[in-house]
Amino acid sequence: MPSLHVNGRERVLPDGIDPATPLLWVLRDALGLVGTKYGCGAGYCGACTVHLDGTPARSCSVPVSQALTRQITTIEGLAASDGHLHPLQQAWIDIDVPQCGYCQAGQIMTAAALLRQKPQPTDEDIDAAMTGNLCRCATYLRIRAAIHSAAQMPQPKGGTARGT
Amino acid sequence: MAPEPTGAALARGALEAALADEPAAAGDGMQIRITACSRRQFLKATGLAGGGLLLALSWRAGGARAATPGTSGSAGADAGREWTLSAYLRIAPDNSVLIVNKGPEIGQGIKTTFPMIIAEELDADWSRVRIEQAPVDPAIYGPQGAGGSRSVPNNWDRLRQAGAVARAMLVAAAAQRWEVGAEELSTRDSVVTHMSSGRHSTYGELAQVASTLPVPDPQTIKLKDRKNYRLLGQRIGGVDNAKLVTGQALFGIDTQLPGMLYAVYEKSPAYGGTVASANVEEVRALPGVQDAFITAGEPIGDAPPGVVIIANSTWAAFSAKKRLQVQWNTSAASADSWSGAQKTVQTLVNEHGAQVVTKVGDCDKALRAAAQTVAALYTCPFASHAPLEPQNTTAWVHDDGIELWTPSQNADRGRAMLSKALNLPLEKVTVHQTRVGGGFGRRLMTDYMAEAALVAQRVKVPVKLMWTREDDMQHDYYRVGAFHVFRGGLDAQGRLIAWRDHMITYSADGQHPVAGGGLSDQEFPSQLIPNLEYTQTMLPLGTRCGPWRAPGSNTTAFAIQSFLHEMSVAAKRDHLEFLLEIMGDPRWLPPQTDRALNTGRAAAVIKLAAEQGGWGRTMPAGRGLGLAFHFSHAGHFAEVAEVSVSPEQRITVHRVTVAGDIGPVLNRSGAENQCQGAVIDGLSTMLALEITMEQGRVEQSNFGDYPLLRMAHAPPVDVHFIESEFSPTGCGEPALPPLAPAICNAIHAATGVRVRTLPLSRSGYRV
Repeated sequence: MPSLHVNGRERVLPDGIDPATPLLWVLRDALGLVGTKYGCGAGYCGACTVHLDGTPARSCSVPVSQALTRQITTIEGLAASDGHLHPLQQAWIDIDVPQCGYCQAGQIMTAAALLRQKPQPTDEDIDAAMTGNLCRCATYLRIRAAIHSAAQMPQPKGGTARGT
Repeated sequence: MAPEPTGAALARGALEAALADEPAAAGDGMQIRITACSRRQFLKATGLAGGGLLLALSWRAGGARAATPGTSGSAGADAGREWTLSAYLRIAPDNSVLIVNKGPEIGQGIKTTFPMIIAEELDADWSRVRIEQAPVDPAIYGPQGAGGSRSVPNNWDRLRQAGAVARAMLVAAAAQRWEVGAEELSTRDSVVTHMSSGRHSTYGELAQVASTLPVPDPQTIKLKDRKNYRLLGQRIGGVDNAKLVTGQALFGIDTQLPGMLYAVYEKSPAYGGTVASANVEEVRALPGVQDAFITAGEPIGDAPPGVVIIANSTWAAFSAKKRLQVQWNTSAASADSWSGAQKTVQTLVNEHGAQVVTKVGDCDKALRAAAQTVAALYTCPFASHAPLEPQNTTAWVHDDGIELWTPSQNADRGRAMLSKALNLPLEKVTVHQTRVGGGFGRRLMTDYMAEAALVAQRVKVPVKLMWTREDDMQHDYYRVGAFHVFRGGLDAQGRLIAWRDHMITYSADGQHPVAGGGLSDQEFPSQLIPNLEYTQTMLPLGTRCGPWRAPGSNTTAFAIQSFLHEMSVAAKRDHLEFLLEIMGDPRWLPPQTDRALNTGRAAAVIKLAAEQGGWGRTMPAGRGLGLAFHFSHAGHFAEVAEVSVSPEQRITVHRVTVAGDIGPVLNRSGAENQCQGAVIDGLSTMLALEITMEQGRVEQSNFGDYPLLRMAHAPPVDVHFIESEFSPTGCGEPALPPLAPAICNAIHAATGVRVRTLPLSRSGYRV
């Protein structure tokens, strides 16, 4: 029976899942992990961003068959297992980033991968890394400020999250 | 495991039951005891309507029977139970306060601001406040839509009263307990203190007694003086932030119910088309598909003709939709053409509109006598709302009627629509308000609720109607395109003496402009120019249109405030000084209307924006400052944009300075976020966004051809508020309209080139 490694846990998939099903819909419909969002289905908006083996990926465009052997981290698994928030999650709250909030999980997942690569990013680093994530409410200024703020906090050890 | 459906916190049945046999009080102070009568009878007996009705229902005291989920419910087991002081408030013995938010959270921050207003008057300890979304029931909460930046002004008094009445009851309970006068008591952070003795009790300790006391007449309760606010005016983070950043279920699309199915609804590419034939047999045989059927749509609300596919997963439904083949009968469908409209407009530019909106003085004569005249045609395209959460609604037809979970801005109206369409009494239509992944006016429409209800009739399990992004962009209620043909006149001193605006707009019925179209007789500068004429021509339209953030103003401001700058340039006058001269002495226009333009407030924000934006600085070549003002939704806003334009037409927006007057700022963090978002939304839209249609079909389908602005091009936005003494007004919309003219006026200052057509990409500009 096929299973996925999601947020440090083995998740068995229901029978009969079409292997072409995008990972996004498996996470949302089959596993109930609805923090990962559907925005465009075509890789333009980044609302569906998750980590595959620590690298940000558009889950709307990754067939589940290609994710079976990967370590998947979603927004639900970004905080430490004791519930301690990732610095980005804390910064998002401190700076009051969200308006509607729909895109923010994808924004945070993209930013988490950036901070692991570049712990002290410049504005240009941030703009380049975040360019694939749309925010229709246009909270971009606070997103950028929150990434800078999170970069000043102690970073999680050994990657950003459970399972990576 | 299915998460608990969102928005289902307060069971309507519990409130109904509580109303049936508990004492209640009317808003006029008259005590009414209801014994075993229905709410309908109660309403009839009291003869209350509107505000009075709201007070009667939501001010009721004695909540011992108002058991709600999360309370123990059994008498004698008071530990952990909550005491209901009104439909807005429950207080637990541990001194935590639960505040019910009546309005839809669409990104405008109301789920935080509304409870702040109540908590301020209650003197609650905000760190111990929890928020719950109210059931959709206007009989209790009054209108529950969100639009027109009216949430705050329309609810300001009643929410303050909700907090103040509860506070008065808690104080009365303490006065009774200590046998002292209420005037000897003070409140702060959910504690009542007897000032002379220092005795104190928490709200949690007093709530049970308070809940049995008579409800005072809200009109007799003195509300706080603004200078004593401790919570309002602070920077308070959104109450759902912790859930948002950890990915918890909040939005309509997140609704999960046991055994649910998923549906898609294919609609005619040209609005008004009907299904001639479709390969539904073939689609029914596809993997995961449970049903596929053709529907005529009517008579449920705005559900159009189309083909519905019901499947066991979103992906199965989406995949089957790609295999669906429909022959549309488009004989009665929209044949709109954006390119055709522009040709038509060229034939009208020398005409007056057939419909006169307003005439002041003698425009023709003044233009003939003018020392200088200027003429111009301005064009604004159609636009899509493109909220990031595509339209969706989960609906379930069961023995007790129909139940829906919907990300709507207008769930109460949707509920009434379904009650009528399905011939069900209102109490059989239960609507759960979810968080909304972007409103922008799109979700004032309730077509997705109608579609979901139509689909749910077909199955006896919950079904989630899902729109793809392409559905969302191609079946919007669009921001209507607009054309303005201007002629303005200056006297020998360079004063604006004549203003003619012939607006070419659209009508679906041949009688009235579509939503967001048309010109108001009060549109700026109608009451400020001695000779003025507004006329209209309405072109026929088959495309659905609706309100889009700052409806009307979002296009008229671009045209009007750009043309005003053309006039000051022609007069060789400084635009700041020109604008201030037009405003003249401080006054309300029209008089005695506190949601009207106030020229004093206008002048103040114009001066503040100019001062903060560094108006008058000398700029290097290719760089300029643009200033624009606009009044909309009772908000006075002026903006200064600093813009560079390269020889290759590459635009850099260095900074936008916003000055606004919305009365007191209630949540500083939220208000600044709204203004920054509105400015960047305005920039995004004017740069490269347009919806075009040919033969009635919208040509854009996703963010590839509808390119929203991305982070790298978001300019710094400085926000300044004048906290005038007037009542607070809304902040979601009025910062948007001045942005486009401020940018275009800056482009003119930088290059001498006047932009009269949006989006800028049409003229070769890019970021």
